[in-house]
Amino acid sequence: MNYSIALRTIVIKEVFRFIRIWPQTLLPPAITTALYFLIFGKLIGGRIGAIDGASYMDYIVPGIILMSVISHSYANVVSSFYSTKFQRNIEELLVAPVPNWVILGGYVSGGIIRGLLVGLVVALISLLFADIAVNNALITLSIAILTATLFSMAGFINALLAESFDDISIIPNFVLTPLSYLGGVFYSVQMLPGVWQTVSRGNPILYMINAFRYGLIGVTDVDIQLAYIITGGFIAALALFSLFLLHKGIGIKN
Amino acid sequence: MNALSIRNLRKTYNNGFEALKGINLDVDEGDFFALLGPNGAGKSTAIGIISSLINESSGSVSIFGYDLKTDRSRAKSCLGLVPQEVNFNQFDTVKSILFNQAGYYGTPRKLALQRTEHCLKQMDLWDKRDTVSRRLSGGMKRRVMIARAMVHAPRLLILDEPTAGVDIEIRRAMWKMMQEVNEQGTTIILTTHYLEEAESLCRNIAIIDQGLIVENSDMTSLLARLHVDHFVLDLAEPLAEVPSIPGYQLERATDKALNVAVPKETGLNQLFSQLSALNIKVISLKNKSNRLEQLFMDLIESKSSGVKQ
Repeated sequence: MNYSIALRTIVIKEVFRFIRIWPQTLLPPAITTALYFLIFGKLIGGRIGAIDGASYMDYIVPGIILMSVISHSYANVVSSFYSTKFQRNIEELLVAPVPNWVILGGYVSGGIIRGLLVGLVVALISLLFADIAVNNALITLSIAILTATLFSMAGFINALLAESFDDISIIPNFVLTPLSYLGGVFYSVQMLPGVWQTVSRGNPILYMINAFRYGLIGVTDVDIQLAYIITGGFIAALALFSLFLLHKGIGIKN
Repeated sequence: MNALSIRNLRKTYNNGFEALKGINLDVDEGDFFALLGPNGAGKSTAIGIISSLINESSGSVSIFGYDLKTDRSRAKSCLGLVPQEVNFNQFDTVKSILFNQAGYYGTPRKLALQRTEHCLKQMDLWDKRDTVSRRLSGGMKRRVMIARAMVHAPRLLILDEPTAGVDIEIRRAMWKMMQEVNEQGTTIILTTHYLEEAESLCRNIAIIDQGLIVENSDMTSLLARLHVDHFVLDLAEPLAEVPSIPGYQLERATDKALNVAVPKETGLNQLFSQLSALNIKVISLKNKSNRLEQLFMDLIESKSSGVKQ
């Protein structure tokens, strides 16, 4: 059986879904981040001064781009897959000869594409406020893709385990957003007192944001190799867990 | 060859409810097969397991010889399912529902478009192809589900109460369509609560109750076992009291109607002679219930009383 057709079908369906509702999926991050750049970067940032040799505006641009990638790749998969469960059209996939890895791959790919597209929109908005020359394109792109992959998978697991619409908003609101804000989007971890620096280093998002910042402006608080190891490790763990849940039918079968 | 073969299939849900208690069932290739049973009997669980929507506790299912556990992909490729409830994305167009489903089965784009067109035309839905599915009527939604189930040309089609809640005109059109699909070589398994539907369409039947197959035979021999027919007689004048006629069981339905149980070997002639002799004028006669319905109730009731005892 040719599984590439099934995979392509899921991916195209997912991409059309979020493009069809672009005022809900692509427009809001453009407006929100424009306000971030204007208020934090331009108005407040002008009084803060440089961090690690970069202007405050330049410093926050990578973090805001990656924060958008994180939240939108997660939101895409969690809302789409949970709706699929809720409307029971997941049964279309379960009845068909679609292996679990294709289901996972299809939805995660949809999340990655939306995450990267939103990241691109935010990056274009940032050009109105900052003049950023990419320091290392390979690191920038690979960290963006890996981060989108990781959070798409996390969204997939959330959707699998969710039993109500409340369940799909708990993690984004109470875990993802705080970890993103505390992951060094608006500040350098070096600015924190000792114990909080140590605590912050337990936050995996810190490594992704800093690696992405290094790729864009060449400034980082963390070791880039360690950032790749942590991100890759989480991706592997979440992929295995997702496949385990699908194999057992948890959340989708009786 | 068996289109479907089930061996010792059991399902116990997490709450301890034993929905299937080890059923065995064979459905021949090309058959039009009825799987009947009261609510909660285990039909939906059995269909759920066959179509991979429910995990079995033990036992095996094979579809056209392909084991659902060890040869999952090929087994699933042979199967199309029309579920009881609407389960497609209500925001998708009719055409994209079918086209995507074909894609899940690995159908190349060009062929998927051809199959989509063919199935939508067969279901008389082609002019609705670009309509968002939530705007369709209930009957149209049911036809979309049938078209979707057929888009990958399955060899076995399971129809789980496909005509529930649709009006008689649409129901009859769907019966005709199901017969055509079966005549073209697709094996059909039908579950329904409209027993006249099963009686008129299906050649073989299994009745499931309390997780067990309580009857499995061909329709003709099953109906031949029905010894008594039940009729309603409409009378010209109201009756003061119900007459007693040897060999028949009569009871009052209304003032001007009688229910009568007629043993097959006795027939109706003697009844009418006796009623004429008593000066009771019958103006019309109709079957009280469908024959299969009567048999179905007898089987279920006898099984239930056996369990209670």
